[in-house]
Amino acid sequence: MGRKLLLEHIDVPGIETFEVYRKNGGYRSVEKALKTMSPQNVVEEVQASGLRGRGGAGFPTGMKWSFLAKPEGVPRYLLCNADESEPGTFKDRYLMEKIPHLLVEGMIVSSYALGCNQSYIYIRGEYMWVLEIVEKAIAEAYANGFLGKNILGSGYDLDLAIAPGGGAYICGEETALIESLEGKRGNPRIKPPFPAVRGLWGCPTVVNNVESIAAVVPIVNDGGAEYAKIGIGKSTGTKLISACGNLVKPGVYEIELGITVEEFIYSDEWCGGIANGKKIKACVPGGSSVPILPANLITKTAEGVDRLMSYEGLAEGGFASGSMLGSGGFIVFDEDQCIVRNTWNFARFYAHESCGQCSPCREGTGWMEKVLRRLENGQGHMHDIDLLAEINKKIEGNTICPLGDAAAWPVAAAIRHFREEFEWHVTHPDEAVKRNFGIASNHMPLV
Amino acid sequence: MVKVIIDDIEVEVEPGTTILNAARQIGGDVVPPAMCYYSKLQGSGGKCRTCLVEVAAGSTADPRPMPKLVASCSTPVMDGMIVKNKTSERVYDNRAAVTEFLLINHPLDCPICDQAGECHLQDLGFEHGKEGTRYEEKRRTFDPIDIGDKIKLHMNRCILCYRCVYVANQLTDKRVHGIMHRGDHAEISTYIEQAIDNDFSGNVIDVCPVGALTDKTFRFKSRVWFLKPMEASCECTKCAGKAVVWMFGDEIYRVTGRKDKYGEIEDIDGKTAWICNECRFDKKDKSQWNIEGPRVINRHSVIAQNQYLVDERIESKKLN
Repeated sequence: MGRKLLLEHIDVPGIETFEVYRKNGGYRSVEKALKTMSPQNVVEEVQASGLRGRGGAGFPTGMKWSFLAKPEGVPRYLLCNADESEPGTFKDRYLMEKIPHLLVEGMIVSSYALGCNQSYIYIRGEYMWVLEIVEKAIAEAYANGFLGKNILGSGYDLDLAIAPGGGAYICGEETALIESLEGKRGNPRIKPPFPAVRGLWGCPTVVNNVESIAAVVPIVNDGGAEYAKIGIGKSTGTKLISACGNLVKPGVYEIELGITVEEFIYSDEWCGGIANGKKIKACVPGGSSVPILPANLITKTAEGVDRLMSYEGLAEGGFASGSMLGSGGFIVFDEDQCIVRNTWNFARFYAHESCGQCSPCREGTGWMEKVLRRLENGQGHMHDIDLLAEINKKIEGNTICPLGDAAAWPVAAAIRHFREEFEWHVTHPDEAVKRNFGIASNHMPLV
Repeated sequence: MVKVIIDDIEVEVEPGTTILNAARQIGGDVVPPAMCYYSKLQGSGGKCRTCLVEVAAGSTADPRPMPKLVASCSTPVMDGMIVKNKTSERVYDNRAAVTEFLLINHPLDCPICDQAGECHLQDLGFEHGKEGTRYEEKRRTFDPIDIGDKIKLHMNRCILCYRCVYVANQLTDKRVHGIMHRGDHAEISTYIEQAIDNDFSGNVIDVCPVGALTDKTFRFKSRVWFLKPMEASCECTKCAGKAVVWMFGDEIYRVTGRKDKYGEIEDIDGKTAWICNECRFDKKDKSQWNIEGPRVINRHSVIAQNQYLVDERIESKKLN
């Protein structure tokens, strides 16, 4: 049984209310931080913990905090990025829905560490019911003196507000989130300047994922060094993984970073294997934007070593034979699933969600979507496959924000690992249309 | 002052200058093309990605190359930076790719487009485009609409550079148009077909790099290369009154701002000489203008032809 830090009390009835949460050790970190630690101490603990951003890029949170410019007389802002909209990722929703006070607690401690007196939680527009849950938790925190003026008599003031998004994936990009919060169109800004220097309303700003902020609570409670003991190498602590697809037990799991992928998929403690006794065909280990892995590269790396659930473990082999931990959206495909259809589905998402600001992403994502739709519907040509590979090479790295890369990588990886399947769609157009999904048994039975 | 090397040419510029502006100080074909950047409009740039350049060395202090191509219009130079534009294969490849991206949904109706001859996309296509297209899908189409009584919007031709949005934001009191929707279905539009009605709204036509926004008083009257551009001025209470009148014989066909070789309105007496709608749309009689002399136009592919005065630097390159 792995250690649970975030979801420890998730099954306690009524944990979403302040009383129950408090009885189970809630808000201890606020007391500890405000009464015994200086803001710099909290930042140091987070740096010592080695916590890496849980939103997808895996940038060390402590380092991000240390970059925050601190000019005199200018307010600083902490924004919580709860605009979780990557296909396959639903961990933040689970956390906010079940144990909203953990996020509120994390926000108070993190805001204290950064010296912010006004913080925001930017929640995705589709999560309206979650917004109400978190709003209630914030109201309870205010009523009990954990938010507002002079928190716990320490002289520290903090106001926490929720800002609902309009349901755009792009607003999960930190500068687009800031633009959206300012009431403008959610277009990513051109960097530099980075938000740590000029963010919300031109002031220094830190944007952190829900899970990163929640993880600050156990770090402050137990100390950064204690947190760093969990995990492996530079991947410290626990991570929420939202497992979905053809699994026996899909759901949100908190794992210690560093367990093997094989254990995660097949052991009964976690996902319990592939549903209906089928074989695994492919896996997207970190949300739709990371490269897909074929069956032979999921549990073992190209060198034959066991693949680990960690930032480095999943990235082993680079883009040629590896993937990324990303935001922890673990999608598993069984042998009946069609990779072309899935790739088209992802491409359709990115074509729809591209903000349309810079040309490679705007035109490229739409183009890839159209080509993939033709391939899936049996109207493709052999040269379309090379064309797709060409297009995504020209999008990657040429865009303002990482959405272009996120759109390009899954297509590139699908072609790299499942080229035969794309070719099968061209050579067997009638069957491709008729079956629409699941061509493994026709074309390349997995023995 | 910081020193920067662009395509093996060293130039000294003010700190904080962007790579593109440093390249413009050198001039010639070292200058990357810019479809969305407009030096007179604050905040423009970074969107079209045609000006991407390779940075072979970041600065003297940190001489590592930058892994990605950077947008030269929004990246400030550092002391000792080495930039590759025309000397980089990678830059050319990516510029060709961006050109292709910009053209896949473009109607390529240059034969009937009023912008033809002074169109930045035409120039870009001429320099970086390929023969034929790999795009087999249906193009995104819109109907041309009137935005205001003097401006026509051909959304089909638009490359979403946002320049007109910045003009409306920075020149007029109230912006009534903007970008609607996202991705490749994004479009320039007014709020529920509201009319753009403002003294300086006509400048959106001047800043449009393509033929998406055209002057209704000039549409289909003549090809621009048949007209004589003349510098002219008039007494105007709203604007500086410095414009270029495009004449055919003694008739004025259209009036535009004085654009420099990068298609940007020139500064006159330290102020950008935007012209007002009255000068642009209503003063079409020769008696209303004081005509100063012929206007020199270069860099544009078509109307630059048949010009008696040419840039000496370009001439000397041709001989070599």
